[in-house]
Formats: sequence, structure tokens, C-alpha cells
Amino acid sequence: MATMPASASDLLKSFKLKTKQQELLIRVSILCLVYILAFITRLFSVLRYESMIHEFDPYFNYRTTLYLTENGFYDFWNWFDYESWYPLGRIVGGTLYPGLMVTAVLIYRILRFLRFAVHIREVCVLTAPFFASNTTLVAYFFGKEIWDSGAGLVAAILIAICPGYISRSVAGSYDNEGVAIFALLFTFYVFVKAVNTGSLAWSLASAFGYFYMVSAWGGYVFIINLIPLYVLVLLITGRYSMRLYVAYNCMYILGMLLAMQIRFVGFQHVQSGEHMAVMGVFFLMQVFYFLDWVKHMLSDTKLFQAFLRITVTCAVAVGGIALGLGMVSGYISPWTGRFYSLLDPTYAKDHIPIIASVSEHQPTAWSSFMFDFHILLFLFPAGLYFCFKRLSDATIFIVMYGLTSMYFAGVMVRLILVATPAVCLISAIAVSATVKNLTVLLRSKNKVVQTGSTKGSGGSKSSSKALLDQSQPFQKNGAIALLFGAFYLLSRYATHCTWVTSEAYSSPSIVLAARGAHGNRVIFDDYREAYFWLRQNTPQDAKVMSWWDYGYQITAMGNRTVIVDNNTWNNTHIATVGRAMSSYEDEAIEIIRSLDVDYVLVVFGGVTGYSSDDINKFLWMVRIGGGVFPVIKEPDYLVNGEYRVDKGAAPKMLNCLMYKLCYYRFGEMLTEYGKPPGYDRARGVEIGNKDVKLEHLEEAFTTSNWIVRIYRVKPPNNRCNIHGQSGTCNPQNLGVCLDLLGLVDVNLGNAPTKPCCSLIEGLVDLEGAVCLCTAVRANVLGIHINLSISLSLLLRNCERKVATEYICGP
Amino acid sequence: MEAPIRAREALGFILFSLLFSICRSSSLNHLLISNAERRIDLSSHIVKVFLTLKVENAGSTPTSEVLLSFPPTQADHLATVEALVTKGKRKKTTLVRLDVKPTELPDAPNDAKYFTIYLANPLKSGESTTIEVLYLLTHSQEPFPAEIAQSESQLVYYRDSALILSPYHIKQQATFIKTPSTKVESFTRVEPSNRAGTEIKYGPYEDHPPYSFSPILIHFENNSPFAVVEELVREVEISHWGNLQVTEQYTLVHAGARHKGVFSRVDYQSRPTLNGASSLRYLLARLPPRVHSVYYRDEIGNISSSHLRTDSRKSELEIEPRYPLFGGWKATFVIGYGLPLQDFLFETSDDRRYLNFTFGCPLLETVVDKLTVKVVLPEGSKDPSAVVPFPVEQHLETKYSYLDVVGRTVVVMEKKNLVPAHNSHFQVYYTFKPIFMLAEPLMLASAFFLFFVACVAYLHIDLSIRK
Repeated sequence: MATMPASASDLLKSFKLKTKQQELLIRVSILCLVYILAFITRLFSVLRYESMIHEFDPYFNYRTTLYLTENGFYDFWNWFDYESWYPLGRIVGGTLYPGLMVTAVLIYRILRFLRFAVHIREVCVLTAPFFASNTTLVAYFFGKEIWDSGAGLVAAILIAICPGYISRSVAGSYDNEGVAIFALLFTFYVFVKAVNTGSLAWSLASAFGYFYMVSAWGGYVFIINLIPLYVLVLLITGRYSMRLYVAYNCMYILGMLLAMQIRFVGFQHVQSGEHMAVMGVFFLMQVFYFLDWVKHMLSDTKLFQAFLRITVTCAVAVGGIALGLGMVSGYISPWTGRFYSLLDPTYAKDHIPIIASVSEHQPTAWSSFMFDFHILLFLFPAGLYFCFKRLSDATIFIVMYGLTSMYFAGVMVRLILVATPAVCLISAIAVSATVKNLTVLLRSKNKVVQTGSTKGSGGSKSSSKALLDQSQPFQKNGAIALLFGAFYLLSRYATHCTWVTSEAYSSPSIVLAARGAHGNRVIFDDYREAYFWLRQNTPQDAKVMSWWDYGYQITAMGNRTVIVDNNTWNNTHIATVGRAMSSYEDEAIEIIRSLDVDYVLVVFGGVTGYSSDDINKFLWMVRIGGGVFPVIKEPDYLVNGEYRVDKGAAPKMLNCLMYKLCYYRFGEMLTEYGKPPGYDRARGVEIGNKDVKLEHLEEAFTTSNWIVRIYRVKPPNNRCNIHGQSGTCNPQNLGVCLDLLGLVDVNLGNAPTKPCCSLIEGLVDLEGAVCLCTAVRANVLGIHINLSISLSLLLRNCERKVATEYICGP
Repeated sequence: MEAPIRAREALGFILFSLLFSICRSSSLNHLLISNAERRIDLSSHIVKVFLTLKVENAGSTPTSEVLLSFPPTQADHLATVEALVTKGKRKKTTLVRLDVKPTELPDAPNDAKYFTIYLANPLKSGESTTIEVLYLLTHSQEPFPAEIAQSESQLVYYRDSALILSPYHIKQQATFIKTPSTKVESFTRVEPSNRAGTEIKYGPYEDHPPYSFSPILIHFENNSPFAVVEELVREVEISHWGNLQVTEQYTLVHAGARHKGVFSRVDYQSRPTLNGASSLRYLLARLPPRVHSVYYRDEIGNISSSHLRTDSRKSELEIEPRYPLFGGWKATFVIGYGLPLQDFLFETSDDRRYLNFTFGCPLLETVVDKLTVKVVLPEGSKDPSAVVPFPVEQHLETKYSYLDVVGRTVVVMEKKNLVPAHNSHFQVYYTFKPIFMLAEPLMLASAFFLFFVACVAYLHIDLSIRK
């Protein structure tokens, strides 16, 4: 050391960073890494499949984004879409949350401006991962705000890979939730910051954050109810302050005004029951402020008590009366079914089958909590404990956010997503606080040991300290063990998250992949095969009927008009389709014709063993159809309370349209070696009705693995015309006439000429006669009659103008 | 003053054309064809006609121009005409290609269209030479019935003349027509004519005067898929960093008999030879060797059914459309691939660069109705000029790609009615200074530099209003 040149060591020293700078550097680099990690962990699906839009709803978002890029914002805002909900159409601009599309187009425009030759699809695919990365940053700052920067870093890491969030933000899942979780967390963070500082700027920022959230997702209702609840709790616990007053009022007023700019939301903030809590709390705040002022002015406490009593009663009474009047007059709309179903998990099952039919609206199973949160599930209570130990305005907020969102997560699988940021933050507090405590323990020891060793012969002070330390030998070992335990758990969490992401959440569900017999990867691309066929080979204005799940995909990929789609705003229309699918073909064709349908599309997994096909969804068609049209009765389709497709199935089931369309000519098909033909691999049974005959529909296209089958609706038959089209001579069909010719001879007066006449109606007069002659010469029935006479009689009977002397040529 | 000038001009023009036609007619009158043999190959939807003409100069003046004539209906579908002449004697024969140019003749009977073959050496009086002519016809087989069901096979009409249409007297001629299978529904008889196996023979006919025509109609089975690319846009982007990126957008249609009624997958899968015999199941594209990063996709994503086979001489890409194409069905898709630049970009002696690339469509046995080739030159290149072996429409465009400031020059070439025979090379010449290659990396580097400078500045500047 001593031989080292002094100048060099000086130089080294000048490069050496101060501890604070070092910490900053480490923090920034960790954040950068987390930012990148959050992005790349969501790219599994792109690497494994391709850069494509996933699932159902994202296809609608993608289609609208395309429209926005092509036609500009104003056209988008006023867009009336003729291609969905035929014949009703849909006011798209007024019935969607435009935040996602506007965001994607903005990113796209910026990239284009910087001359990056990207396609809008790539932007859409990567929007969700990009916003997930941004969410980690927000999580860091939020953690820093409520606890410390360590907790912030841990929160950022946890949320970056948490499966509960990844499930809705992988590349290609171009859905509202992708940007909404960012907006949600950002709004909360900025609001908490505003409450902590009382700064008007932060609360303005939270109003804009709220506006962005409103523009992006219907889940904004959660914010607008959680924040007043939080404020109420603060008021009750006596934590009212000027900071809170500024933050809340500014955020509410501005946020409300901004939210009204979104057409889909409109004046709901002042008109709907779901938004009344925030208004009530707003007035309560004013009352509080007023009372505070009065209290300040009045020195007499007794007088103030009396005043308080009167004011509070008055305020509550006025509020109650206003609410009651609003409800009665219909100015304030009552809570919607969806809101009820959140508060009461059994509500949807009994009242709204269409909500219950969606798998992501089911109550959450314990296993999916474990699947989506893993160790966070038990770090969460620990974090709550730490929060309660260090109560502040911020920790109260996160506790409330955590508890309420956990409740909603229990009600609906889908809402795990909303709970995820809270769970991550609270768990991060637990991890950070624990690790911090443990390392403080370890470090204090090390220091002592170090000082002891360097000083060599210690004085009485150091020896007494050493004695004190030795009194807790377990503590150090215990701390090390606990630290290792914590790191082990966290590493398990990381592996679990990666596994879940890669196995469960990175499948586009448009393309299905399976393992072949030799371990090779087999791809079923049937959906796109069918949609592309529709797009290329059907008339531009063809109307396609399918179950509502596939509506968005058909309009986006097939570019054809659909009857119903995933925007389930009109239950009756969906029920009509459900009724058509579950009726006999004769009845169904009437509905199909009344809806002006050209093609019927069904999804069928019997050949491949794909289980989420229309036969398995059939019970919802029956239930939703039966909910509106009592003609459809569920017991008709059931045998011993279950849906069956084999020989033991109910007769109505075996002959309803859905069954026929799925199993048309399936009875000839050998699906599995050693099984009889017509063996349904998705349900593992041999089908019950192998001889399916279609009368009004014909097979137009079936994909290579039979997953999608498309049927064409035949034009209505001409009256009693059996096969030929009108205006063509088809002697084979004129057997009826020949019959008649025989009759004419016998009984001229009242021969049943009608069926015959309609047959030759389409023919030109002379042509009709010639055609009849051909038929007679072919002599279908082997009758011999006096041709020329009876023929002219017959034709005259049909009011055809033919020369009476017409004679059949040789 | 202007009118008389115009009149004089017009008069001059008329005189000139008169003179011209006299010249023409003189050459017309003095040539005769002593022997002609025509072989028409109908085995695919592109009709290939090989014509062997033995031309004799019966006049007194030497001539170097030989006329070919086509009925107007055929001329519309004529994709290419080539003429060859054999040179040398006995074993050491070589084929020499001759110039062929479309020609307008004022007194053409029934709007017949003409092509002139320019002989390398003028044909002296009394001499004779043998010319081989090859021409290809597209869209010349008309499906009848025009609509067929899945299990029916495709029958087509082919119309032509039993006698070769020629402005010359033909002493002796014969026509052989090869059909794809032995299944021939009917054919017009012009005695002597007979059919054996897959061949129909018309002739030999002797001594027919100029413009003899005897229409024939052949109705036969042709189950080869009629793959027609209605529109193809090929974009070739040159990057001097070593890559040539090719993107091809296809609009493919099956131009055979339209599909009628049901498409049954179970029949199609279990009896592929009987059902959908004329359907288009896959296509083969022949790409240059050393092709890399090949993709095959359409508007809604990647199409997984394609196979690439590469060897040192060529690459073959076998692509299946998402669904089998029946008559009248359409499919659009995009094929893209990268190629090493050194195989296609060369430098001339005068320091210019040129791209040497194939013009036509890489799909085999495919007719292209309209082809647009776009060559995207690197940013900063100047004076582009294209050399194409056949007439095309040309213009320039500008395209903006990654980090472009002034945009890239695009040379656009358009041509209609192409067959695989058009897959010859074309060249695009341009000048380019290598310093332009550094523009984009420098731009990126300076942007990042500025960003870091801004960060440093932000950290060192106190922006707060209150102290």
C-alpha cells in the first residue's frame, strides 16, 4: 500500500463515490433493471408464437385503434359501427373507453415522427408491457412515499413479475387493463402524495391521473369509491387536516369535470348511484371545514357542541332527502347489476346469466390466489402488521386499498388484477422492514467485531460490549437464517412467477399449440384460417351469426358484420342468438332469416379435443336464451341434470341447431385409433346422432382441424320447387305435373293444379310447355296420355298463355 | 400560318406511311413459309406454343424482317414472344435469340396484331431459314362449366385456329395440341385431324393463302390449379450495411371454374384425388440461394404452413395458403426475406453501383396480372436509372424508413401480364457516397449524447424558485 504512488490513490479517491451517490447509483441501476425485466418477462408469447393480438376483447381494441389511425380522432369519436350488432349497430365512440386507443396511437405517431417504421400492430402488442414497466416505476415511488425507498424498490421488483398483473399485461394482451393499472396506481400515488404534502400541484396531477383512468377503464369506479372511503376513515379517526381538504376537493372537482369529457361516462358522476359516495364525502368535507372554522371562532365549547349537533343533523338530513328525491325522481340512477354482483357474489348467478357465463367473472378459488400471488399471500398480513405499527395517512391508505381490493378479488377472478398492486406494496413493506431489521442486527454486530479486532487489546468498554453481544448468540445466527429464508422465498417467488408467465399467461388463445406424438410442436391455426376465409371469400356485406364470444374476432379478422359480439350491452339480442342455436332447425331458420344472416359459424373441438368449444358453452346459450324466451327450457336438454351428447342425450339436444352444426358429417369421421367413427375427443364419447341432415343450411367451410365450421344459409326455396332454381327447366321435378296430367284426363274440373303451376311459374310461357313436353317424353311415371289436349288444358289451368293448339314436338 | 404547316406535316406523314406500307407489302409478298409446325402445350393454365417456321425468300430483294400475326383475342393474352434461330451446321448448332417487336400495320385484316422478327442476317433472294418461335398465352382456357362442385373435375375450352394465322403463304403446316390428360370431351374436326392419347393432331394442310383461319374449339379436362396473382408488389430495399430486404405482397386467386355449393372437409380429407382435384393446395416459390429470415404472413398474422429448403444453388419455399383455394377463392399474403447484398450489388467501372435482381414473380407456374417492382435505394443515392429487358412503365417515389431525414429514392417499375418466363434480370444503376452510411448511427449517438448532457445539466441546475 505504501509503495503505491500518492497521485494514483488520489485519482482513485476522486473517482470513488460518496455513500449517498453510491446508493443513488445502485438504486437507479436496480430500477433500470426492473424496468427492463418487467418488459421482457412479458415477451414470452411473442417469442413462442408471434407478435399478435390475443384473445377476444383486444381484437376490438385493435380494430378501433386501426380505425383511429386511419381516420383521425374526430371520426373515431363519432364512429357508428355498422359491422357489429346487426341490425342495431353500435355507437362506438360513445360506448368505449378511448384511453387505450389514444395512448397507442400517440405512441405510434411519436415513433413515426421519429421515423421508426413500425406498424400499429407492433405498438398495440407492446403497449401493455410498456405500461407494466411504467407501473414498476410508479410502484417504486409509491413505496417510497408510504414507507421508504427500500420498500419502494422491493415493491417495484414484486410488481414487475407478479403473475396477477402479468395475466393482463403480456405482450399482445391489448386490453384496457394494461394501461388502467398504471393509471390506477399513478392516481393513488399522486393522491397520497397530495395528502401528505397538501400541495395543489400534486392534487392537480391526481385529477389528471384520474381522468386518464376514467378514459381507460370502467374500473375507475373503484377509485371514486375508495378515495371517499379513505377520506371518511381519516375524518372518523380524527386525522382531518388542511392537506386532506386541499387534496380531496381539488381532485374531486377537477377529476369529475374532466371525467365528464369522456362520452361513455358522461354525467354519471352526478347522476349515478355508484358515484354518490364521493359527492356525499365532498359535502361532508365542507361541513367539517365549516365546523372547524366555527370552532375556531367560538370559544365556548358548550355552544359549539350544540351547534355541532344541529349542523350535523341538518347536513345528514339534507343529504338524505336530496339522495331520496334524486332516487325517486329517477335523476340518480340506481346501482347497476354489475355493481350489485360485486357486492353480492351470488347475485349474477341468479339474475344475470350473461355475467355469470364469463369464466373471469366467477368467484375466485383459493388455488388461483396462490397461483397469482404465491408468497405475497402470506407476506400481505405481515405487511399489514407493519403498516399498523407505523400508522400514517399514507399507510392507512394502502391498508384500505389492500383490504377492499382483496375483498373484490375474492368476488371475481378478474379483480385479482386490481388487488395486485396493493398486495405487492404491502408485501414489499413486510419484506423491506424484515430485511432491514435483520441487517441492522447483523451490521451492529459486525461493527463491534470489527472494532474489537482492529483495536486489538480492548479497554473495559469494549469488553463489556462484547459481553453484552455474546449474551444473544442466537440472535445473529437466527438473523442470518431468517435472511436466507427470506431470500429463498423470494427466489421461489421469482421462479414461480416466471413459470406461471411462460406456462399459463402467454398463450394467445387464437393459435393453439399442442405436443405431437414425437414431441414436436403442433399448431392449430384454425381460427385465423376461418376468419381469413370469411374475409376473402364471402360477400363484403355478409352477416355472420355466431355465439357472442367470437364477435370481436370476426369483425376484426374476418372484417364481416356480426349479429352479437363481446360487448354484451343487449341481452335480448344475445338471447335471440342463443334461442336460434338451441332450437330445432325449422324454428331456428325463421330466427336466422329474420336476422338476415348469411353465414353461421360454430366452434367445435370434437376432432382435436379442444374443450372450450360451443358444445361446452351450450348450457349458457340455453340459459341466456331461456332467460328471455321461455320457449327454451333448460330441462329439455338435460338428462339427469347434465348435458350429454352421446346416445343417452335428450332428444331435443340431439336435434337442436348447435348439435347439428357441430356434428354434421362428424359420424363418418375417425378421430382416434381404436375408437368408433364419430368419437368426440373433447367430451370422450361417441356421439348420439350420427345421421345429421341439414335442410336450410349447407356447409360452406370447415377448417383443417374442424375447430371452426361455417355454414351458409340457403336462400328460401321457391314455393314447392324442390331443387332447381326458378326459371330453369328441370324435367325431373315435373313429376307432379305428370301426375296431374293423368288426373286431368280423369277429372278436368278440379284438379289440384297448384303445386304444378308454381313449378312452371318461373318459366316463360312457351318454355313451360316445352319443358313439360320433355318431362312427358322422359315419361317419368310411365303414363300414356293424350298429350296435346291435356297439356294445353293444364297450361290454361295455370293461366299460361299458350296457343291452344300447341303440340309437343317429336 | 399554323394550319398550312400542320397540313404539310400531315401530308408528309401520310406519304411516309404510304412508303412504309409499300416497303412492308413488298417484304410481305416475297416471303413464303415452306413448312410450319406448331405444338401447343395445354398441360397447365399457361398455354405454351412452339412454332417452327421455315421461311423462304421468294422475292428478288433481300429482307431481314419476318412478320408474325395473331388474332386480336390472342394478342390480348399474349405474355411473351420469343424467336430463336439455329446457327452453325450439324452438331455445332447454337441457338441465337432474335429481336421481336410489336408492330402496327394499317391494313391488318380483322384487327390482327403483328410482331416483327428481325433476322440477324438479311435473307437473300431464294434463301431460306428456320425460325423457332415460342409464345405464351395467359387466361386462354375458359372453364366450362363455369361453376363446378367440389367433386367435379375442371373442364375448359381452348379456342384457336387449325390453320396458322400468317401474312404469308404457307405451303405445308401441321398443329399438335397436347392436353393434360386423355379426357377430352370434344374437339373440332378439321380434316385431316385425329387424336391419340393426350395429343390431337391437325394437319398436315397444304397450300393455304395468307390469313387463312379455321376456328377450332377443344373441350378437355384440366385439373391443374389456375394460380393467378392479380396484383404483386415487390419491394427490394438496399441497405449498404450488407442486406437486401425483399417484401412481396400477393393477391392470389384461383382463376379456374368457380366453386359452387358445399365445401366438405371430410370429403376433401378422405378422398383428396376425387374431391377438389383442381384446388390449389400449395405453391412453390424459387428464391435466390443464401436467403435468410424468411417470413410468410398476411393481414392477420403469421401463416404457419410453409417449408423452406435451401441448398447452395437455390432456395425453395413451399407455401400453403391458410385454406385450399377453390375456383374463385382468393388469398392475400406477404412473403419477405433477406439476402446478402454482395450477391446482388455490383460496382461499375465509372464508380456507379448497380443492383442486379430478377424481375418476375418467384412462384412457379403462376400468371401475374399486374406487377410492381419497387427498388428502394439507400438514403442519399443519386441519379437512379433502371435497365429492364422488356418495356415497363417507370417512375420515382420517395419513401421514409427508419431514421430517414430526406427520404429514400424508390424506382418503381410496372408491368402487366407476366409469366415465369419474365424472370430475367434487371439492373438499377445509381451513385452513392459511403459517407451517408454513417449519418444514421451518428444521429443516434448524438441524440443519446444530448440526452445524457441534459440529464447532467438537470442534476446540476437548481430550478426552484424559492431559496
